[in-house]
Amino acid sequence: MPPVALVDCNNFYASCERVFNPKLEGKPVVVLSNNDGCVVARSNEVKALGIDMCEPWFKIEKVARSHGVVAFSSNYALYGDMSARVMGVLSQFSPHQEIYSIDECFLGLSGFESRDLTAYGQDIRRRVKQWTGIPVSIGIAPTKTLAKLANHVAKRRAGYAGVCNFGQFSTRALDALLDSIDVSEVWGVGRKISQRLESLNIKTVRELKAADTRFVRQQFSVTLERTLAELNGTACIELEEEAPNKHQIISSRSFGKAVETLQDLNEAVSSYTTRAAEKLRAQGSVAGSIGVYILTHPFKPHEPQYQPSLVVPLVKSTDDTRHLVQAALRGLKRIYKTGFKYKKAGIMLMGLEAKDHLPRTLFDDPAAEARSARLMRVMDTINGRMGQDTLQLASSGIEKTWRMQRGAKSPNHTTDWSDIPRVMA
Amino acid sequence: MKAKLPRHGGPRPGAGRKPGTGLYGEPTRTIRLPEGAVAVVKDFLSAYQARRQLGRALATAEVAYPERDPSPLALPLFSHKVAAGFPSPADDYVEATLDLNAYLVRHQEATFFVRVKGHSMTGAGIFDGDLLVVDRSIEPAAGKIIIAIIDGELTVKRLAFEGGRPVLKPQNPHFKDIILQDAQELLCWGVVTSTIRKFD
Repeated sequence: MPPVALVDCNNFYASCERVFNPKLEGKPVVVLSNNDGCVVARSNEVKALGIDMCEPWFKIEKVARSHGVVAFSSNYALYGDMSARVMGVLSQFSPHQEIYSIDECFLGLSGFESRDLTAYGQDIRRRVKQWTGIPVSIGIAPTKTLAKLANHVAKRRAGYAGVCNFGQFSTRALDALLDSIDVSEVWGVGRKISQRLESLNIKTVRELKAADTRFVRQQFSVTLERTLAELNGTACIELEEEAPNKHQIISSRSFGKAVETLQDLNEAVSSYTTRAAEKLRAQGSVAGSIGVYILTHPFKPHEPQYQPSLVVPLVKSTDDTRHLVQAALRGLKRIYKTGFKYKKAGIMLMGLEAKDHLPRTLFDDPAAEARSARLMRVMDTINGRMGQDTLQLASSGIEKTWRMQRGAKSPNHTTDWSDIPRVMA
Repeated sequence: MKAKLPRHGGPRPGAGRKPGTGLYGEPTRTIRLPEGAVAVVKDFLSAYQARRQLGRALATAEVAYPERDPSPLALPLFSHKVAAGFPSPADDYVEATLDLNAYLVRHQEATFFVRVKGHSMTGAGIFDGDLLVVDRSIEPAAGKIIIAIIDGELTVKRLAFEGGRPVLKPQNPHFKDIILQDAQELLCWGVVTSTIRKFD
């Protein structure tokens, strides 16, 4: 089996904030979700304080501040740019790369077997840190599932200097290590499965690895059987080097404050549809229908609750923001009722197809389509160059009072000229 | 590894797809339909499926159909233009245009832009308000202009070594050298590769 490495950024969002704010080095840093709701990223210092992921910020703010915790609203423009940089550096180390999430990627290491892979891992770690300022941990093993576990060890256990290569272990040493890891840490083993495994007395990774294949398939699923094979060194999950095109695109946000009027909802739905349409065009697809939904605050049971939704099919699949917004607003008008305090709205583009595979019909208007494509290209180019929403539909509103609150967002250090870092001379 | 199967043929527990893993995410069953109703039921099922995709938030969704009396649709008769005339003789000679990014940025992933505040580097041609191109992939070395971290702040200075100690040298006689105790204390954020100044 050619080895595979899983490279994972340490506390990615918090690390991004630190790169441009060296004063935060060694200080506890948290990043909060949209509308500053709950904790979505923690520096090691915060983990040591016992603050958990997803804790509602309003509950812990006082205690956290008394420990000197610095909180940031999430700044996805910054994290997205830093992620692209990290992935770019990593692509220099292998021709086979699968970007798995904003802060994780697999590198296929076939052809590198003769190298000292642990040392190679250290080279990767050093270069990513120097070029981008982001610390990463690396797990190397014959399968993706094992590489995930190796990464877990590299990150959590002392003595690995951020790189753990299972290939260096003897079978016995590896089993001893796997016996010290809880089965719930295995990739693809969720809470439900791990609880059932534990009731069957399979508590550690080694115990799962040694389980009977047929028993696992009968009691659980083919998926877990595949995991079992992966734990035993047989690669079953291939590297996905090309990100598959999405089958649906969702864009939804909660509002900074409750919204009651159709006008505000129109603006929000128009904005979200605009964003989704940009993504749709970026992957070269068209949508066949659009779903729209609005909801009241589910955690305020004393307020009247209403969560309607509607799917609006399109006469012809399109990627034109104007047509999509028109359909979404028509749907919204049908489901909107007065007298409710809405907390969130969202849209979903469905029935996605590749634009160039779309069948022609008798009622096509090629001239209008060409104009539409040109207009959308101009919009995307201008917004790409001058910033999001430089050019937008008037229906998206100007002031956008419903927009989410990100009170403590750091500047867009790498994506906005007016926000670039200052250096003292 | 290969266990002998207890018998041949017949159902085996655990074989086949698990109920609820199919198209609809729930167990299915076979029913008889009159021929004429097949198309209608299929339509219903695809709408049902689309609705299911919307997930829990959309669990109560209904399907709306477009207006029955849409606005008039103009049908084009001839929409293709025929390109006539003589092609530009220069077309075959067009080469890449000059790109400032390619000139200024060697390692895209490692390159950041920062704005200068202060006057300590005027002797090196770096003025207040200038835009610096910083390449983090370059190793700091004596003589290079670097961005150093001093007291948690980013500072631009020229790096030198005096008696084995790193020294951050301003390029303006009105400012003092910053002498560091040893190489450990030097925190280099990146190396400056160029400065950009606009005259407007």
